[in-house]
Amino acid sequence: MLGGVCGAVSQATGIDVTWVRIGTVLCCLASGIMVFVYAVAWLMIPMEGQSSNIYSRAIRDKRGIRLVVAVLVPVLILLSVITSTLHMPFLGFISWPTLLAAGLVVLIWRNANDSEKEFLDHEVVPLLGTDVHGQGRRHLLIVRIVVGVAIGAMGIVLLVEGHTTIAALKPVGGAALVVAAAVIVFGPWWLSLVRDLIAERQARVRAEERAQMATHVHDSVLQTLALIQRSSDDPQNVVRLARAQERELRAWLFEGRPPGVISEEANLLGEGVSLLQRQVEADHGIAVQVVVVGDCELDEALRALLDAAREATVNAAKWSGADQVSVFAEVEPDTVQIYVRDRGQGFDRAAVPQDRQGIAQSIEARVSRFGGDAVIRSAPGEGAEVQLRMPRRERVK
Amino acid sequence: MSTSGEIPAPRGRPRIFLVEDHAVFRAGVKAELGDAVDVIGEADEADAAIELIGERLPEVVLLDVHLPGGGGLAVLRGVLPHHPEVQFLALSVSDAPEDVIDVIRAGARGYVTKTISGPELLQAVYRVAAGDAVFSPRLAGFVLDAFAHGSAAPAAGLDLELDQLSPREREVLRLIARGYTYKEVARDLSISAKTVESHVSSVLRKLQLSSRHELTRWATDRRLV
Repeated sequence: MLGGVCGAVSQATGIDVTWVRIGTVLCCLASGIMVFVYAVAWLMIPMEGQSSNIYSRAIRDKRGIRLVVAVLVPVLILLSVITSTLHMPFLGFISWPTLLAAGLVVLIWRNANDSEKEFLDHEVVPLLGTDVHGQGRRHLLIVRIVVGVAIGAMGIVLLVEGHTTIAALKPVGGAALVVAAAVIVFGPWWLSLVRDLIAERQARVRAEERAQMATHVHDSVLQTLALIQRSSDDPQNVVRLARAQERELRAWLFEGRPPGVISEEANLLGEGVSLLQRQVEADHGIAVQVVVVGDCELDEALRALLDAAREATVNAAKWSGADQVSVFAEVEPDTVQIYVRDRGQGFDRAAVPQDRQGIAQSIEARVSRFGGDAVIRSAPGEGAEVQLRMPRRERVK
Repeated sequence: MSTSGEIPAPRGRPRIFLVEDHAVFRAGVKAELGDAVDVIGEADEADAAIELIGERLPEVVLLDVHLPGGGGLAVLRGVLPHHPEVQFLALSVSDAPEDVIDVIRAGARGYVTKTISGPELLQAVYRVAAGDAVFSPRLAGFVLDAFAHGSAAPAAGLDLELDQLSPREREVLRLIARGYTYKEVARDLSISAKTVESHVSSVLRKLQLSSRHELTRWATDRRLV
């Protein structure tokens, strides 16, 4: 059930697995040696469908062996001292094999491969109650504390009630001294082991971070570089790609937004404006310079204002002939204003062809529907500026 | 930010010092500025920069904000106390507000991002060489935001004049943030270009001297990393 040992035994001998299990459990209860035997079998018998057993990997795990030895040896010495002074040989009889088995289980844990680990995670961790991620974490903690306190209290009561004479306390004092001696002798070794384990863990975390970073860089930067190499004869496309990539990288480095996961739905004016910037830059290959002063939440009216600003920016990108459009948004206590300005060829409002007039009207209609207004300033040769204003319904803060 | 030729080239080419750790970018800047300036030195880290600038005394230092050895701030603090006549123009890839505000507060006369075009950079260099301030639209936006309108009454003991932008200064900044050149600002407000310059310089002075705590708080609030 735990390591699949019983299953393997039943397969080899032909006895039904249930009987093997019952036998094993009985043996374990009768004598701790069976637990040890079980763990050894676990080490030696390869998992079904695999050629190498865990033992062959464990023998190479120097650090794991060191860890087990460092903990086992002192504990065993302690146990033998305590059991002999307290005249309780039965304690030693059970605990020796159990301890050895525990050491082996640690080795197994460290050297199990992924599929085995997954099995262990599912089957064993909940039994031990060490699953820190589970929902029952709090619950388990309480249970552990209650059990611990109860056992501790029982021990104290037994000691105090049972042997009130000084003479009887002597062995206990001796045992405490031996414990202290063990801590002094083995303490630094234990500490260094713990440090090793922590370092190992940190190295793993770093490796994971690196891998994640590599994925991001590959998905964004390397892909773009490949695209740029392929379109080296189209300078405008190269500029567009580089600009989009710069934007994305900046969002990742300075704003913590992972590349390629840019939310299309903005909730704040500032987000909305930078979304507008990204979209227009990507679709029209033109630089959009954005300055936002203040910020506020977007409501229906402000979304309309943003739509109008996008319309104006796209117009500038399409018609003005300029290579840059400036968008300035300012949030004031009672109004929000957005200015879209280009230095392109400009136009004479009266002489504008009908289709562009239509777009201009759509800008104006969009904002006036919510009580805002739009002013378009332009003259041939002087670029154009669209000034949009929207009163704020709610004063946030 | 502007069309070339707006500011006439000063007599003699301005002597420039480049502090920048990316060799490729240094070469790019030199190529873009070409013969219009006289590049009298380069450094790629703070200590060397402080020493060389002290020796050669350039008119304008183009300073990368993110520099090994303490960043651009270390250079500003190392040079300005001894050579206040050296003008600094900060350059950065980062638009992070706290970087911008910090270098300006430490004494840089202006701030431009590295995506700036050659002619625009040259304009900025001329302007700084002439002792004026260079406000990119973005910097103007930051300042407007930092000196936010109608913020709570300044605490007692603060210099009122230093802690508030005048309505006119606010207007000028707003136009710069909208992408106007100084000349266009002047025309729009019917004032002279020189007056625009003086407004901008006064804003820069306020930015550098104001003890307004909102300024620091604003920058840290906007810390993006």
